[in-house]
Amino acid sequence: MAARAPAIVLWLLLLALCGVQIANSRFVADLSSFLPAAPTEQQRLLVDQLRDGAISRVMLVGISGGDAGARADTSRALAARLRQDPRFASVANGAPGDFGRERDIVLAQRYVLSPNVTPQRFEVEGLRAAIAETLDLLASPAGLVLKSLVARDPTGETLAVAEALRRAENPNAVEGVWATPDGSEAVLVMRTRAAGSDTEAQAAAWAALEATYRELAAGKALTLVVTGPGVFSAKARAMIEHDVQRLALVSLAIVVTVLLLVYRSALAIALGLLPVLSGGIVGIAAVSLGFGVVHGITLGFGTTLIGEAVDYSIYLFVQSEHAGDENWVKRFWPTIRLGVLTSIAGFSALVFSGLPGLAQLGVYSITGLVVAAAVTRFVLPQLLPAGFRVRDVSGLGRVLVRVAATAARARWIVPALAAAAIVVLATHRATLWEPQISALNPIVDSDRQADVRLRASLGASDARHMIAVHGATVEESLAAAEKVTATLDGLVGAGRLAGYESPSRYLPSQATQQARRESLPGAAVLRERLRQALAGSPLRAERLEPFITDVEAARSSPPLTRESLAGTAFEQAIEGMLFRDPQGRWTAMIGLRPDAGSRIDLPAVAGAIAAAGVGSAVLIDLKAEIDNLYSGYFERALAMSAAGLGVIVLLLAGALRSPARVLRVMAPLVAGVLVVAAWHALAGTRLSLLHLIALLLVIAIGSNYALFFDRAATVQDHNAARTLASLALANFTTVASFGALSLSSIPVLHAIGSTVAVGAFITLAFAAMLSGAGIQFAHGHNQNAHDPPDGR
Amino acid sequence: MKRLLLLAAFAAAQAPAADWNIPTLFAELARARPERAAFVEKKYISILDRPVESSGELAFTPPDRMEKVTLKPKPERVTVDRETVTLERNGKRQSLRLRENPAVAVLVESVRGTLAGDLAALSRTYSIALAGDRAAWRITLRPLDPSLGTLVERVEVAGAQARVGIVEIFQADGDRSVMALSPLAR
Repeated sequence: MAARAPAIVLWLLLLALCGVQIANSRFVADLSSFLPAAPTEQQRLLVDQLRDGAISRVMLVGISGGDAGARADTSRALAARLRQDPRFASVANGAPGDFGRERDIVLAQRYVLSPNVTPQRFEVEGLRAAIAETLDLLASPAGLVLKSLVARDPTGETLAVAEALRRAENPNAVEGVWATPDGSEAVLVMRTRAAGSDTEAQAAAWAALEATYRELAAGKALTLVVTGPGVFSAKARAMIEHDVQRLALVSLAIVVTVLLLVYRSALAIALGLLPVLSGGIVGIAAVSLGFGVVHGITLGFGTTLIGEAVDYSIYLFVQSEHAGDENWVKRFWPTIRLGVLTSIAGFSALVFSGLPGLAQLGVYSITGLVVAAAVTRFVLPQLLPAGFRVRDVSGLGRVLVRVAATAARARWIVPALAAAAIVVLATHRATLWEPQISALNPIVDSDRQADVRLRASLGASDARHMIAVHGATVEESLAAAEKVTATLDGLVGAGRLAGYESPSRYLPSQATQQARRESLPGAAVLRERLRQALAGSPLRAERLEPFITDVEAARSSPPLTRESLAGTAFEQAIEGMLFRDPQGRWTAMIGLRPDAGSRIDLPAVAGAIAAAGVGSAVLIDLKAEIDNLYSGYFERALAMSAAGLGVIVLLLAGALRSPARVLRVMAPLVAGVLVVAAWHALAGTRLSLLHLIALLLVIAIGSNYALFFDRAATVQDHNAARTLASLALANFTTVASFGALSLSSIPVLHAIGSTVAVGAFITLAFAAMLSGAGIQFAHGHNQNAHDPPDGR
Repeated sequence: MKRLLLLAAFAAAQAPAADWNIPTLFAELARARPERAAFVEKKYISILDRPVESSGELAFTPPDRMEKVTLKPKPERVTVDRETVTLERNGKRQSLRLRENPAVAVLVESVRGTLAGDLAALSRTYSIALAGDRAAWRITLRPLDPSLGTLVERVEVAGAQARVGIVEIFQADGDRSVMALSPLAR
């Protein structure tokens, strides 16, 4: 009784502090937490791009159904409305918009923007050739718009700039707006102001889009589909929220129902859930402290804690002789403590997986288990009212003992199944592992296909291959980009690359701007050269005074800067291609465009980069890079799982001090893991990083059961039936809560849930069969407990 | 070619016969088969001392497909298919929709509508006047929409029987283009 107050006071204080921490926690749901914390600089750039870059801000909209006119009208109306919405930085649907400012910039800055401006072009010969080209164009229908510009721009620089900035491949258009190639769906592209990782803002933008659409399309038989990273994040978050609530409720309901059936006491259930709730609260607080934010998936994973942590109170209630039974602590605590330690070893693999999201799950679970066990050991016994007793479950136990004894006679099944599992795994080894990180993505296939379809119909740069160059300043990075694009131009000319998009097209480096300005001759010189160049031409030099005036002005015009593009479509275009990374360096991204339907000639591009001699230039294959990143983490998870397994074996060896006993504990666990893995293989499920970790959890959780059987095999337990009943009950709650997790539509949760639920059951069954404990349990009921030194 | 021009000019001076009018002319044009013609186009632009000239082939496939392939001075292809105008030049393609580009539409429709004999469509966009007789006629199209009148003042199409011979476009700024067509064997 003397120790009673401090333990309870300490416990309540801890809960209060954790409550405060949780109240101040930030909860997030974006899936980038499950992107690896990239170790290399290149990968960090990549992850940053996916999280905050231009790619992450794109929203694609498809409108199908109805007739083409209705789709086009809705597309126009939607674009017009959303352009007024501050949440969207740009809305494009292919209809000609008002690009007055952009046109003015192109016209005014044509001599620094045009890639054709060189000193030669303004010599007599160059002028003659350029003007002849323009006159040819005047003969064409395309010349109609050009006519009014000839006097100011006879060398056609405005057109050259417009050509360079124009989308290479115009998307298909139906009724004047972009559409899929078959014309059945109108397509819009929007860019949000908020970064893709800002799920809150993405969800708000998406909701605004949907609401506006509903208003505009009311009464029309049209269907809207919206895709893009931000939308997917928002959807994933909604799924997570929905699943977390549902799973927690399902799991809790199952556990409470079972305990109610067994205990027949509301008080017992309330007390039994105390360790679980304490563990959950402290676990969340620990994650919040350690990571700054708590991920929704972590909360979802919390349901598994209900199943695992409730075990401790089950052991206490069912195995205790009477309230305040000091013997329980003496007899069972060392076994439970060892089980907690092996579980910690298992969950540690999550902590060190390198994926922040999984590390959260690990920290949460470890903290939760330790707290739940400690509360069961130190707090709960003192809270039990005098004479507290759950219903005697010895009857159930005796039934189980008979079942176990019968099953033990068929113990050969365990090695037979294990051997069969090895054969299955060996024959499926080629398709055993999941190499794609997308397996972790909760986005449903139909959404993914819609995204691919809309992207394809825009024919934009494939957003897969890009070249990144760095510089300490904007100027340095732009200059580096220009060096690279100069060699890329060679590839484009040779037909080995369809094109590229570079920020230097919108904003040439100051050096290039200066060089172009210096290419321009003075008024008197230009006038004389024009006179020579235009001898015999239908265009007389005297008519080109506006040209001479413009060139003179361009020679002394102030430089074009990021600031001078503010508020234009050009600024938005640059924003995604030229940005400052967290280290303060400037990065320019050059997007590569393959020919329609073909792949980028990567060796040729790599050669061009090498020829450019830009040290910082890196060719990034977004998809390959992500897969590499993932496979790196897969290997790491494999190593971590192996290490976790090693720690578990060492813990057992240290506690049990007998190789034979370690073997006896490990045998059902290893057999169980093999069978579960084989079951996945047969079901056609490829094992991902998460399955791997889940298998380790099977070992960690299964070891709790195996340890009890090991204890029963070495100790004469005078109430073995009751112990077996408590194990069955504990196992049932674990299977139920992980089973609930397997109902989740989120791959992360489903993989862990299904693997652990099946694995936990199989390991218990195997442990019972292998231990031959049936006999031990059956004959031990009239002798006193006599403990061997298991775990000090 | 010259003879055709002369004929047309001569015919224009005459009042159309009573039993021959705009609807009968267009009905005849509408019965025409797919056609291919060589064209020579001259553009008179105020800033230039001489017209710029281009030539090539023009093909029309009823009811609404027209293809203009320029061979000189630079190869180029303009295809008009229903609502879409596609321009191919220097290996690049560019498409636009007539509905969004009324200035282009007013030019395209005058030629295509006449070739197709689609009086209903033409009357929606232009006021139509006819001069001459069946052997040498000239129709004058003026955009009904005054905002288009600031670009194209009028389009004159001259021909004989069911065949279009000359398309002349008068722009509001005084520039004009003359396209002469001569049938090619199919």
